[in-house]
Formats: sequence, C-alpha cells, structure tokens
Amino acid sequence: MKKRYLTQKVGFSLLVIAALVVVLPILLVIGIIVARGIGAIDWTYLTTMPLEGMKEGGIFPAILGTLLLTLGTAVAAIPVGVGGAIYLSEYARDTVLTRAIRLAIINLAGIPSVVYGLFGLGLFVLFLNFGTSILAGSLTLAIMTMPIIISSAEEALRAVPTEFRTVSASLGGSRWQGIRHIVLPQALPGIITGVILGLLRAAGETAPILFTVAAFYLPRLPRSIFDQTMALPYHLYVISTQVPGMPVQMQYGTALVLLIFVLSLNIFASVIRSYYRRKREW
Amino acid sequence: MSKIEVKNLNFFYGDFQALTGISLEIRDQHITALIGPSGCGKSTFLRCLNRMNDTISGTRLEGKILLDDQDIYDEDTDVVDLRRRVGMVFQRPNPFPKSIYDNVAFGPRILGLHKEESLDEVVERSLRGAALWNEVKDNLAQDALGLSLGEQQRLCIARTIATEPEVILMDEPCSALDPIATLEIEELMQSLKSSYNIVIVTHSMQQAARVSDWTGFFWLGEMVEFGATEKIFTNPDKEKTESYITGRFG
Repeated sequence: MKKRYLTQKVGFSLLVIAALVVVLPILLVIGIIVARGIGAIDWTYLTTMPLEGMKEGGIFPAILGTLLLTLGTAVAAIPVGVGGAIYLSEYARDTVLTRAIRLAIINLAGIPSVVYGLFGLGLFVLFLNFGTSILAGSLTLAIMTMPIIISSAEEALRAVPTEFRTVSASLGGSRWQGIRHIVLPQALPGIITGVILGLLRAAGETAPILFTVAAFYLPRLPRSIFDQTMALPYHLYVISTQVPGMPVQMQYGTALVLLIFVLSLNIFASVIRSYYRRKREW
Repeated sequence: MSKIEVKNLNFFYGDFQALTGISLEIRDQHITALIGPSGCGKSTFLRCLNRMNDTISGTRLEGKILLDDQDIYDEDTDVVDLRRRVGMVFQRPNPFPKSIYDNVAFGPRILGLHKEESLDEVVERSLRGAALWNEVKDNLAQDALGLSLGEQQRLCIARTIATEPEVILMDEPCSALDPIATLEIEELMQSLKSSYNIVIVTHSMQQAARVSDWTGFFWLGEMVEFGATEKIFTNPDKEKTESYITGRFG
C-alpha cells in the first residue's frame, strides 16, 4: 500500500476515535445511571414523601419542586426573553445601545451559575426581601435562562425572510401586524426550541437555587411562591454528599428521574425542530 | 385624467443619487411600463410611489408625488392608507406560507375592510379578479406554496386586489415565470386595467410593447423619454431610446 493511503487510513481512524470519545461518556453516564437507578423507581418512589432521614420513601417533593421552579422560570423568562428578541430582531437599529445589549447578553450567557446564585441571594432573597422562596429561585433561574432564550429566539426571527415583512407592509400592515401575523408564527418552532433548551438548563442547575430556594429537607409540600421547596438537582447533591449511609439506589434513582426529565424535554425540542424544519418551505 | 403626478423627483440612498429630476404623469385606467437596463432606478422609482423605500434607512427624497392631487410625502399622509390605495406585486412570487384563503384574506383582515362584504366574498371576488378562482376554488385551505409559480404570482395579485387598491405597482412580475405563465399574467393585466391603474417595471421590451399604453425609458437614474408606447417603440424622439429599444445597448 502506498504511504499516502496508509497515512489517510491512520488519519481517519484517529478521527473516528475522536468522534467515539465524544459519544462514549454520554452512553456510559446514561448506562450506569439507568442500571443502578432503575431498581429504585416505582410508583411509591415517584409519589410519596421521603422517610427515615430521606433514606426511604419517595422523592415527590423534589420532583414537584423542580416542576414548580421550571414553571416559574418559564413564566418569568419567556415574556421578557421573547419580547427582547422581538425588539432586537425587528425594531432595534444598530446603535450603541443595541450593541451594549447584545454584548450584555453574550456575557450573561458566560457567567458561572454559582454567580447567578449569589446574585439572586443578594437581589431577590435579601434586597427585595422575597426570602429563600420559589419566587426568588425562579427569578434567579429566569435571569440565567434569558440569554439563551433571547439569542435563540432572535436567531429564529431573523431566519424568517425579510420579504414577508415587506409584503405585509405593502398590503398596508403596520410593522407589528407583520410580526404578529407572519413573522412570529413562522419563527415559533425555533423560539419554542430555544425556550425548552433554556428551561432544561434551568431545571438541571444546582448552584443558582442553592442560596435562593432549595431546602435540605421539608416535611411538607410548598404552599405558596414564598415557600422554600426541595428540588431534584439539590436533593441529589444532598443525598450524595450530606447524608451518611444513604442507599446507593436512592441516589441513582434521583439522578435517573432528573435525567429522564431533562432528556425528555430535550427530545421534545428536537422533535419540534425537525418536524417544522421538514414542513417549512422557504 | 392623471392619477399620479410626479414632479421633479430626486432620490438618494445615502450619498448616492438614484433618481434625478423625474417628472411624469400616470393616467387612470392605463398600463404604464417603465423600461431600462438593470440598476437604472426604475424599481426604486416604483417603490417611491407607495413609500416602500421608507423602510430602508438612509434614504432621502426630494420633489413631489401627487396621488389624486394629494402629496403622498406630506407629513399628515397615512402611510397605511396609502399602501392600501397603492398595492404592489413583487418580482418573485411571494405568497405567505399560509393557506390560499388566508393569503387573500390577509390584507382585508389586518385593515378591517370586510364590513359590507363578507370575507368569503372578498376572497372569491379577488381570486376571480386574478383569474385563479376556477383553479383553486375547491382547495382554498391548501398551502399557497403548493401552487405553481405562475399560480402563486396570480395569488399575489389576488392578495393585492383584495384590499381594493386604486393603483397596482408591478415590479418585474414575470421575471421568475415561464412564457405561458407570463402570458397569463399579461392577459390578467389587460382585464385588470379597466378597474385599476397599473404601473409595471419590466426588463422585457417586448412585454412593455405588448401590454402597456404608456412607456417611460429610464437610464442611469434619469427618465430619458416618456410617451405613448406605440410612439416610443416606433418613432422615439431621443436617440438614446432608439438605441436601447433596437438592442444596441442595455
């Protein structure tokens, strides 16, 4: 065999290995968590309160807490995020202010999540006096999620051909009518995907909720948005590091529930995206 | 009677002067064609007539454009109402990615026009007006992008006439179409001209000669000559016009 063919073969092999190295960890993570955690999961585990210092019983408060926090994040982040994206994509001219906003969004996306946690503690918990509460936690997560939502929604809006806006204007539509009736419906799948990806990140984070909402253990469910709540990521941290003698199955069971929650949202987002991409004709 | 009167129009994109000293009258119930090589300003001129250039930043306009003796660039002109009165059909067929029905109903819906006539009636009247009704009447809920290009362009014309404009501007409406679809659009224009005033920009001199009553020849941002189509194509006053229509340049 000629030397250059050999070189090519070796090169390709290395590239294949590089690709496998990316896939392998995720398969291992999922495999190990499923193998060790699946035994813990039954109806009781999902729907009852923890018992005996969380070593027995279920994780229902943590599941509910994560659902509530995700919902709260959605309520706070979606209107502001999508509204901001509409402004940036449809109305904003290229001014110093607009550039400053874009720069801020890029930088917000790069801030470590624990810094958001401290920020939430300072602003929502202490200064605004919401206390450690679902409200404070949701708002903190919302701020963390907003850059993801804004940038993906803006991208989705920009992908809608300018022509549609022009035609709408030529028919006597105001700029808002063009956005409302043509641009937004076309960009919606992209926006939804971005929103889900943002919420997914919020659902899995521990650091931002650490100081703002998460409870080590609560004997009862939260009663209002000013209550603390347990949440899956923090609960996982707690039972993995803070409680001696915790059965391994309980830990992996919690990890598996969180994984299923996040993965199913992710798959849902991918399905929406590919479905509409196939349907789209422009 | 003149429907639109343009007086000494200058138009600028930033520092670049795209139109210089254009003056002409566009008559009611006639088809006026604007011809000239690419980049000569005819499309820019067309877009001045319904203020579509307003949406481009850094543009500036001098002179007057009167629609029924009202200056459309007056401060108190309602641009939305102007665009309803002066509709536009674009170069590439560009129906919205919605159903056929929703495309035609778009204008009446956003403008709130369907007071006396029901929306169904507006849609039928417009599609009939655009000679598309018989082809699509059983598939009004079908996605407009499933139509052929020629049908799409007639749908765009239907969408435009749904708001009952007085003037229809057509910016090279056949340049994306095959000869048969082109012929259909040209026939449609003849049937529309009794109710509307049509201004068409076209690359094709044959098309201008076939469909229009009046022709203006644009060159480098100026209007070299304007007159009855027959005269322009048989006995133009200016040498430049004659060189262009006989194919010596352009």
